[in-house]
Amino acid sequence: GADPLITEVQDWASSFGDAVDASPYGMPIRFESHVVRRNVEWLTESPVSSINFTPIHALEGTITPQGCAFERHHSGAIELSKADYRLMINGLVDTPLVFTFEDLMRFPRATVTAFLECAANGGMEWGGAQLEGCQFTQGMIHNMEYVGVPLRYLLEEAGVQAEGKWIYAEGADASSNGRSIPMEKALDDVMVAFFANGEALRKEHGYPVRLVVPGWEGNMWVKWVRRIGVYDQAVESREETSKYTDLMPDGRARKWTWVMDAKSVITSPSPQAPVRHGKGPLVITGLAWSGNGKIAKVDVSLDGGRNWQEARITGEAKSKALTRFHLDIDWDGSELLLQSRATDETGYVQPTKDALRAIRGLNNVYHNNGIQTWWLKSDGEVENVEVA
Amino acid sequence: EKMGLGRAALPEEIAAWDVSVLPDGTGLPEGEGDVLTGDEVFADKCASCHGEFAEGLDSWPVLAGGAGTLHDRRPVKTIGSYWPYLSTVFDYVHRSMPFGGAQTVTNDEAYAITAFLLYSNGLVEDDFVLSNENFTEIVLPNAEGFYPDDRAESEYPLFSAAACMSECGPEVKITKRAVEINVTPEDPDGRPAGTLPDYMASAMGAAPEASPEPAAEEAVEEAAVDTAEAMAAVDPEMVEDGQKVFKKCAACHKVGEGAKNGTGPHLNGALGRAAGSLDGFKYSKAMTDAGAGGLVWDEASLMSFLENPKGFLKGTKMSFAGLKKEDDRAAIVAYLSTLAP
Repeated sequence: GADPLITEVQDWASSFGDAVDASPYGMPIRFESHVVRRNVEWLTESPVSSINFTPIHALEGTITPQGCAFERHHSGAIELSKADYRLMINGLVDTPLVFTFEDLMRFPRATVTAFLECAANGGMEWGGAQLEGCQFTQGMIHNMEYVGVPLRYLLEEAGVQAEGKWIYAEGADASSNGRSIPMEKALDDVMVAFFANGEALRKEHGYPVRLVVPGWEGNMWVKWVRRIGVYDQAVESREETSKYTDLMPDGRARKWTWVMDAKSVITSPSPQAPVRHGKGPLVITGLAWSGNGKIAKVDVSLDGGRNWQEARITGEAKSKALTRFHLDIDWDGSELLLQSRATDETGYVQPTKDALRAIRGLNNVYHNNGIQTWWLKSDGEVENVEVA
Repeated sequence: EKMGLGRAALPEEIAAWDVSVLPDGTGLPEGEGDVLTGDEVFADKCASCHGEFAEGLDSWPVLAGGAGTLHDRRPVKTIGSYWPYLSTVFDYVHRSMPFGGAQTVTNDEAYAITAFLLYSNGLVEDDFVLSNENFTEIVLPNAEGFYPDDRAESEYPLFSAAACMSECGPEVKITKRAVEINVTPEDPDGRPAGTLPDYMASAMGAAPEASPEPAAEEAVEEAAVDTAEAMAAVDPEMVEDGQKVFKKCAACHKVGEGAKNGTGPHLNGALGRAAGSLDGFKYSKAMTDAGAGGLVWDEASLMSFLENPKGFLKGTKMSFAGLKKEDDRAAIVAYLSTLAP
């Protein structure tokens, strides 16, 4: 019969909606209340030193809204005002300096869109498929448009001495999470950022100032950054020795594994985004990214990696930023084993999980950029599986 | 070409913020500490999470042992078995520990704790004294266990062949299923948390779905009213202040619906509870004895305990230095009084 939503006058078509000031800073409409960051409680002992996950299964395009972009804190998200903010540059420089927030606002600005991926994204999947949904298996990632000051301007202001080969960035929070970064990278594309997606950084993302380190693991993007020390060697802090090092099968460990290699995942369909419309036209979509440059192409397989077809890159593929891909198919309702595979501009092709395990074993925790398999069943439900 | 922005950093400012200690000893402050002192300081400031012997309680980091396990399926990565540099231990203890009380460890205490951790890993004897003089003589067992990222040589060539597009191998079968491990957070309907709702099912002619938020707010209000009646007048501002101060406690003490015992007992209904009386929490003997002796947590006893835990109750496991401000203590008590059992 006729659709009453069309034939009958609905309330919203007759009476008023909200006035202009109902929500001076808006939140998503209540129908979207499920699109939130979520954590996995058993992962960590305390929620102030923990991580949650971006709902990438529910997002489209490439920019991650700050309000649902995953958080990782080592001692909680602190409240630090612009008035109380100071940035110190010291060590092997001609003039150790202190900048206020206002000082930073007077340097020439730059903008960059970049993904931030935790080195442990996918870490729970090293031993095998474990969590249901790309929010949990690939959701330690976000992608924002930053505005700030290139770090090299600040370093030039202080005058880096010839022996200064490394910087060490540390935060103002109680963990004072610190990481060493080679000077070459610091002078290349590292930024001291204060805007993200057009507005001030949110508290949980380092308000008022964070480091942006395009293409490199998220732990290095120090939030609430308060000091840049210049040294002749790496500091070898806790975060770059006991953590964020990659234990190999021979019992030795790789260190300084900063770059996030090319990776992709189908975000829909996925376990939290089942197919409910039955057979016929089906939009397959996902994200691809590489810390080594632009995404050159993304292939999608419907049969667990035996045959592949090239997906459409939707929008611009930016270097070291999330790239959206789509593949529109006519689904006949049969079971599919969905995979995506990214190739970046260096020619690197995203490997299978088994190919990574063959080199790195099972104790590697970090840098799992292996191909994800989703089992789409005839009823439209989707499971996280591995195939061989 | 300099902008002339910023100002010179003063020596005392640099000294306050630049506390980094590097593998070659750069940045080490003057000081010393011995194993036995370290044992005491560790028991006081660190053992509530890391265990008396640095063995790690619950899922908190294990700091000792694990030698020879780095090839195992479950390697135990400790200071003795994995960490390459002793400077990292000193730096981290001095800079970031204890958890929730960073930068309260003095230079001498940091040397003492570091000495104790060397001892608990079997690397020095119990009469060992660590100082800035002998610090760099200590080489940790796994110092040679690390090498710089070699993916560009060891992996990139393997993963840079042109991608195969068709008939790339035999047909595949499913070998592993996440559902069999069953550790994914779930929504009330048993689906993976955050599963997109079937919006068409609720739209067609059905009554509009009530927003969960107003309902939740009502429930909170009701609960607040109940508690307020039961507890007489609690100043809401103090409760709010108390909730903020409670951040200092939250790493160890859980509160709210479904709160479980963690490193410390949960604190729902803590006011009016006999000391050391919660089932399933392993209290110190001192605490259970005090409860058996009639100690009940009321405003007065909590105020005293929170001011100086170890002074009030010698032998308590709670390794918290105490809240020196009376306002903070009163606010915590006000906040705790709102938490129903």
